[in-house]
Amino acid sequence: MARVTFSSTQQQFTVDAECEVDAGNYRELIAAITSRYPALDRAELLQMAVAIDGEIIHEPLLELVDSDSEIHFFHFIAGG
Amino acid sequence: MSEAREFKYIGQSTIRPDGFDKVTGRANYGADLSLPGMIWGKILRSPHAHAIIKRLDTSRAEAFPGVLAVATHSDFPSVTDQAIESGEGSLTLLDLARNVLAKDKVLYHGHAIVAIAAKTSAIAEQALALIDIEYEVLKPVMDVREAMAAGAPILHPDMFTQGLAEKPTTASNVATRLEYKMGDIEAGFKDADVVVEREFYTPTAHQGYIEPHACTVRFEKDGQSMIWCSTQGHFDVRASTAKLLAMDLGKLKVIASEIGGGFGGKTTVYLEPVALILSRKSGRPVKMIMDRDEVFKATGPGSATRSWVKIGARKDGTITAMQGRLAYEAGAFKGSPVMMGCMTAFTPYAVSNMYIEGFDVVVNKAKVAAYRAPGAPQAEFAVEMLVNELAVKLDRDPIDLRLQNAAQEGTQTIYGPKFKRVGLVECLEAARDSKHYQQALAANQGRGVAAGFWFNVGGQSSVHINMNPDGTGTIVEGSPDIGGSRASMQMMAAEAMGIEPGRLKPIIGDTENVAFSAGTGGSRTTFATGMAVIEAAEDVVAQMKQRAASMWNVTAEQVEWVDGVALNTAGEDRLSLAEICAGADRTGGQISGRGNINARGAGPSFAVHLCDVEVDKDTGKVDVVRYTAVQDAGKAIHPKYVEGQYQGGAVQGIGWALNEEYIYSADGLLENAGFLDYRIPVASDLPMIDAIIVEVPNNFHPYGVRGVGESGIIPPLAAVGYAVENAIGVPVTDLPLSPPRVFNLIQGKG
Repeated sequence: MARVTFSSTQQQFTVDAECEVDAGNYRELIAAITSRYPALDRAELLQMAVAIDGEIIHEPLLELVDSDSEIHFFHFIAGG
Repeated sequence: MSEAREFKYIGQSTIRPDGFDKVTGRANYGADLSLPGMIWGKILRSPHAHAIIKRLDTSRAEAFPGVLAVATHSDFPSVTDQAIESGEGSLTLLDLARNVLAKDKVLYHGHAIVAIAAKTSAIAEQALALIDIEYEVLKPVMDVREAMAAGAPILHPDMFTQGLAEKPTTASNVATRLEYKMGDIEAGFKDADVVVEREFYTPTAHQGYIEPHACTVRFEKDGQSMIWCSTQGHFDVRASTAKLLAMDLGKLKVIASEIGGGFGGKTTVYLEPVALILSRKSGRPVKMIMDRDEVFKATGPGSATRSWVKIGARKDGTITAMQGRLAYEAGAFKGSPVMMGCMTAFTPYAVSNMYIEGFDVVVNKAKVAAYRAPGAPQAEFAVEMLVNELAVKLDRDPIDLRLQNAAQEGTQTIYGPKFKRVGLVECLEAARDSKHYQQALAANQGRGVAAGFWFNVGGQSSVHINMNPDGTGTIVEGSPDIGGSRASMQMMAAEAMGIEPGRLKPIIGDTENVAFSAGTGGSRTTFATGMAVIEAAEDVVAQMKQRAASMWNVTAEQVEWVDGVALNTAGEDRLSLAEICAGADRTGGQISGRGNINARGAGPSFAVHLCDVEVDKDTGKVDVVRYTAVQDAGKAIHPKYVEGQYQGGAVQGIGWALNEEYIYSADGLLENAGFLDYRIPVASDLPMIDAIIVEVPNNFHPYGVRGVGESGIIPPLAAVGYAVENAIGVPVTDLPLSPPRVFNLIQGKG
């Protein structure tokens, strides 16, 4: 199952620092996470960037997730 | 995707396509567009750092002869607290509107309140004096310690700190608290034989772009509007302005002028929405130009910060723990880059135990904006100063110590992912082996070493390449050129198509004639727009092959493309690109290739800098006598431009370390709002910055590119800071190291 690590801000709503999720793509992942942690704001999650197996992706909506993927959430990085 | 390979054009320093326009004055910048019937806009700005607007009466100004429109915050349609894309800053539409024109409170010296449009700029200026405004002056808070103290004056009564374990019930100047952690920090320090810790301060510093903000706008009666402006992202200008003014995107065309510097400071809007309101109300085109005083007082600088960092290591040099606490000034509205500071500070190191806490704090200064690797230079200053101190305590060479603990492929970062292939080790080795590092120091001289990391980003870019019947072509892309990217686009397209770069002309399209492209920033353009260019060029090649195949009555698979020529593998036929273009009207029409991409796989760029200084102990003046900037470019498309990015970043960082700071009165008024007293380095201040390009290819880019625009500003603060510490034998904690500060340190009064 994919392993999801939450940011420190998200941990206010999840308590757990990480969890395992059965999902084949990013939309299923979000659905599973928000179902398990209803306090997480789905709309805000969909605005976040994510690292899937080390690759930072800013718009991950259509991404596939493998059974052993590692997922990390964080806010957009834009730079200057 | 790419390992080391031979390129035909990539890697050469070609003549820049924008050079002739710039040196002859033909290039058109933000202030250079005039339109028939145009009038001039000027802004009344707050004389106070913190005040309630008790009464505002613009009637006398409106009645002044020659005045055609007046704009205040009430001219914005109702705006919400909706977050808008603003990079690391987490800005809301409401905050943006209140920053562009104050609502009921002014929050910094120079905060815009009223805008006037008149037939001449002189009339507009005179009319400003006729605005009747009454303030209730409040005590300002001017740094994070004041702002975070109990009982501090509160800027926003509706701001409650996010990120605390318990939801607070009283308003605060701390917008957000965040933390990142990895491993067991207590265990890490228990394992250490040597521990170093210190508090640091970095000042507010401006990006220092030479060209002030400027725009010319036109609002037509049917709602169709146009903005010409100096910006790093014209699609972002369109998005922000349309949201603020409740306009359809399709009715707002934004044209990016040539830009005289941005460095992150031109990734937001200040004048454009105001000018558009004035144009709508007057029925005339409006031009607005900031003067230098306004640029300093009212546009976003980089955050001032207070940091505390602690590092522990074993006697053998293994760093066992890194801990930090960072408090960043956001300016008048929330959204400092403290998150980036937290994410980048320890990232050059492979250390199992890390913990860092960050605070985003509002103060009565201009709302901060991005400044080249926003948030990273300040945090890295603290870390790299301590790593140098650690090296001394462990009696280790500072580069060797860093090599022992360097992040590499597979290193876990504090923000989550593990690194793919990165080039920090190669940069450290290049620095160690450089001529600079072998040079002995003379009396009163000191040396500093520092590393830095920036993620780089990808994102959305769109390009089309339109071929002409004579085989020349135009590359239309949507990324304003702030650092030479047009040359790189030209070269990447030429490489993919196998033709001379000079046959292709790169231009920046406006928001109507090129598809969406994210702003130029984040060191993304050569990487992401470059990938879109390559995609478009390959599309052109595919179409060329198809046309040749149709002329030879073979399949496209039987056509090979070599150095701009189609070859029939089933026979002897050959057609050049120019010949195919000449006949294109008979084979399906002129050829246009397209690339639309949401680029991913941006490769981080590490930098390592060496700095030697000489200190005049009688005056405290610091001279940089030798400086080397080493950085990983992945693949340098245009080496001279890449060197220029390294050198420019180094110079900005040196200025930040030695001289640049905002100086405020006790009432919070900015006292050095000009280049005379806000002292940035000029060419005569510094030696040549030696640039060493390291190339560890980024396998996610067809040519191996990593963005290079930002990492170069991160190491200089500590490279210079530690060099001074090394020269004078006194610990350095605060920047800038201007002569009075250094003199006091030497005298023991620091």
